Amino acid sequence: MKKQKKKNEFLYFALRNNKLRIGLIVVLFFLVFAAVGPMLTDHSPREYVGPAGQPPSSEYWFGTTTFGQDVFTQFVYGLYPVFLVGILGGGLGTLIGMLVGFTAGYRGGLVDEGLNVVTNVILVIPAFALLLIIAAYLTVRGFVVESIFIGLTAWPWAARAIRAQTFSLRTRDFVDLARLSGMKPRKIIFTEIAPNMMSYLVMTFILQFGGAILIAATLDFIGLGPTTGISLGMMMQYAVLWGALQLGMWWWFVPPGAAIAAIVGALYVMNVGLDEVFNPKLREM
Amino acid sequence: MRRYFARKLFIYVVTFFLAVTIDWLIPRFMPGNPVQNMLSRAAVRAEAAEVMYGYYTRAFGLDVPVWQQYLNFWNALFHGDLGTSIYLFPTPVTKVLMDAVPYDIFLLLPAILLSWFAGNKFGAFAARTKRLDNTVLPLGYILTATPYMWLGILLAWAFGIVLDVFPIAGAYSYTMAPHLSWTFIGSVLKHWFLPFASLFMIFFGGWAIGMRNMIIYELEADYSHYLEALGAPRKLVRKYAFRNAILPQLTGLALQLGVIVAGALVTEVVFSYPGIGYLILAAIQNQDYFLIQGCFLFIIIGVLLANFAIDIAYVLVDPRTRKGMTGETA
Repeated sequence: MKKQKKKNEFLYFALRNNKLRIGLIVVLFFLVFAAVGPMLTDHSPREYVGPAGQPPSSEYWFGTTTFGQDVFTQFVYGLYPVFLVGILGGGLGTLIGMLVGFTAGYRGGLVDEGLNVVTNVILVIPAFALLLIIAAYLTVRGFVVESIFIGLTAWPWAARAIRAQTFSLRTRDFVDLARLSGMKPRKIIFTEIAPNMMSYLVMTFILQFGGAILIAATLDFIGLGPTTGISLGMMMQYAVLWGALQLGMWWWFVPPGAAIAAIVGALYVMNVGLDEVFNPKLREM
Repeated sequence: MRRYFARKLFIYVVTFFLAVTIDWLIPRFMPGNPVQNMLSRAAVRAEAAEVMYGYYTRAFGLDVPVWQQYLNFWNALFHGDLGTSIYLFPTPVTKVLMDAVPYDIFLLLPAILLSWFAGNKFGAFAARTKRLDNTVLPLGYILTATPYMWLGILLAWAFGIVLDVFPIAGAYSYTMAPHLSWTFIGSVLKHWFLPFASLFMIFFGGWAIGMRNMIIYELEADYSHYLEALGAPRKLVRKYAFRNAILPQLTGLALQLGVIVAGALVTEVVFSYPGIGYLILAAIQNQDYFLIQGCFLFIIIGVLLANFAIDIAYVLVDPRTRKGMTGETA
């Protein structure tokens, strides 16, 4: 009964928070676009369909590339991997971050020190450089492989944040009580500590989601992304590689970057909105 | 304070050791044999190739047992010897890097420091100022969510092609040789401006947003309300809030270094700016073991030094770490 009321209260504030609403609308818009978009075009992303280097027109909505590929087709097909990498890479990053953060924060002592050193090493070794090498090693790669790379290297800050939260929760009375009653550490973490920082975990996931999208775009741009399919980062890579800048073909490189900035920006805005929903002190009067 | 630094130093030493080990390890498990690669490009007769293969394998120290290679690596490292670049043979890696590092420092140091100061000031100023909060801060979100290369491409297109006021490739004009004169310095600055501006803007957005969120937390803290209740002027309350909020921002700077490195890399690629980021790409495309290793080593050292500088700054800013109280152990 009480839980029901709390949920309603959350929904009440969530639906009235402008930041959350705007962010959600933008993300959903692109999600629907990614799902419906491919049906709006009869071409495939790498197909040569028409005259080269055409500006946007009624026939080619976003114009064509130097090779006569349809930019709109590439764009709508490139949206899907954005969400795939975000959910898989961001999800994996959050999971590892939770695993390390909970363990380090709850156990403390030597385990904490050890995990801290590991986290520090991953932080200092540019994850990006590591990705570069692994990407060079695997000559056939898909979006799933890319997401896993990203998840495996993007977790350190999440681990730190979750560790700090766990650390402060672990000395609370209700945790002590659970421990006294003989509950196993894993159960304490998942039934006592995690639910009390749920909002924090959700926000960590959203940030990891956005971060994974940006890393993927960077990797794709350098040409170390997937070897098949098309992504927004690859579109920018091809545009720069084939002289879209010098030829002034703005329609080739503006849409992919704008979409990434809009999606990730919307995620960040959503995050602040959620923060205000979860934390009444932050709500604007 | 001594304990604080001893702890930090220990972590740095361990990190450095592990990072260097991984650095040594990874290129050795890369696909392809660099010596073979180089020789196949040179296209010599079979028997000559065999002799040369033996020569280069010895020259690069690849013919001894793996553990010996590892020890040799550390030994050479302390003598400042990082081997010979294969892609730019026979230039030593150290020299290649030394030529590139100044550009990185020149580009990154001002971009990071200026954006951090300006972003924090602006974020603190915008927080809870309704009009700014609703107009300028959304711009901050967009900026921090912008892929580095995209902003670089946009700036290059707008200022380099359409308006044609800034060059978009290289570190100075191709018609000049590096020398000390006003025209040369002018050319260097002109080439520097766009990559700098694109990095600065993205960093700035991130710091401004972070600070704005921190300040709001601080303004809702008990001490702020207490000060307000005592009738302290708004300016004073904000000053204390700022001092508290700057600490996580400092930690944030340390956490962001990896992202900053990645951002610098693609920005250098977009503008063909001859720093380490640009080198790494060339090194990987040419499977240049030693150059890759050298680049990573420099990045690791750079990131460690930056972390160390941030730790010192932390002590300066946070009196709790000085007085031996635990404070925030980041």
